[in-house]
Amino acid sequence: MKLSQIIVSLVSGMLFGIGLALSGMMDPKIVTAFLNPFGDWNYSLAFVMASAISVTAPAFYFIFKKNKPILDDSFYVSDLKNIDKKLLIGGALFGIGWGIYGLCPGPAIAQLFSYQPEIIIFVFAMMGGMLATEKLSR
Amino acid sequence: MDTEFFNTGIINAIGGGFLIGTSAVLMMLLNGRIAGISGIFFQLSKPTQKPMWQLAFIVGLLGGAFLYFHFTNQAYPHVLFSWELAIVGGFIVGVGTRLSSGCTSGHGVCGISRFSPRSIVATLVFMSTGIFTASLFSLID
Repeated sequence: MKLSQIIVSLVSGMLFGIGLALSGMMDPKIVTAFLNPFGDWNYSLAFVMASAISVTAPAFYFIFKKNKPILDDSFYVSDLKNIDKKLLIGGALFGIGWGIYGLCPGPAIAQLFSYQPEIIIFVFAMMGGMLATEKLSR
Repeated sequence: MDTEFFNTGIINAIGGGFLIGTSAVLMMLLNGRIAGISGIFFQLSKPTQKPMWQLAFIVGLLGGAFLYFHFTNQAYPHVLFSWELAIVGGFIVGVGTRLSSGCTSGHGVCGISRFSPRSIVATLVFMSTGIFTASLFSLID
């Protein structure tokens, strides 16, 4: 691991954090209103994913034409193709948790410096769920 | 220029999405890594593997959000529900993202952008159950 790669990660993380904060994804009120099209629907968050993909999809197309990234020897990308039960159940559970509290992993972690006890509890519970899953699936 | 459809929320969403996309492009172009938060965060639980770039990314994530709210003079958005519900929601999000190997960023942004069938399916599934759950909860409130 080169220092340059760690600096890239730090800068990327910052851009991601600013992006999340600006986008509204860190506000559970906006998120739960987005996930409730039957109520007073706030559709603005659809534009977050659309806007992000409009940057990443064309860029990835050109990046993957190269045989390696600029600072490393290979791309670390999963080439799994199978749609299995784990993927479906996992995706379904993640959506349920997101719908319950209005926070997905990025926004929850980016909220830590707000020092709201519920956020800290959410992030610890999330790590607990991850570790429990890792332990049981081994 | 706040019109009915093209309001401030949408302009912010587009701007935020652009920054998130740019972050993911930098990670892939330079480091060859997926900017998937649940996976990056989980690696922090394995300190013996020295997850240095993951730690740097998470520190940046916290710092970026902090700088945004600091310099725009805004408070962090408030949570809506109790700490008991935070345990339930957080735990389920942790289990789900681990089982399906990704969340909104890894599957929803990066995976869809490389046309991964697994990510497209995962995104459709978590959007559906997310909408179902949040809609149901809005009835209980």
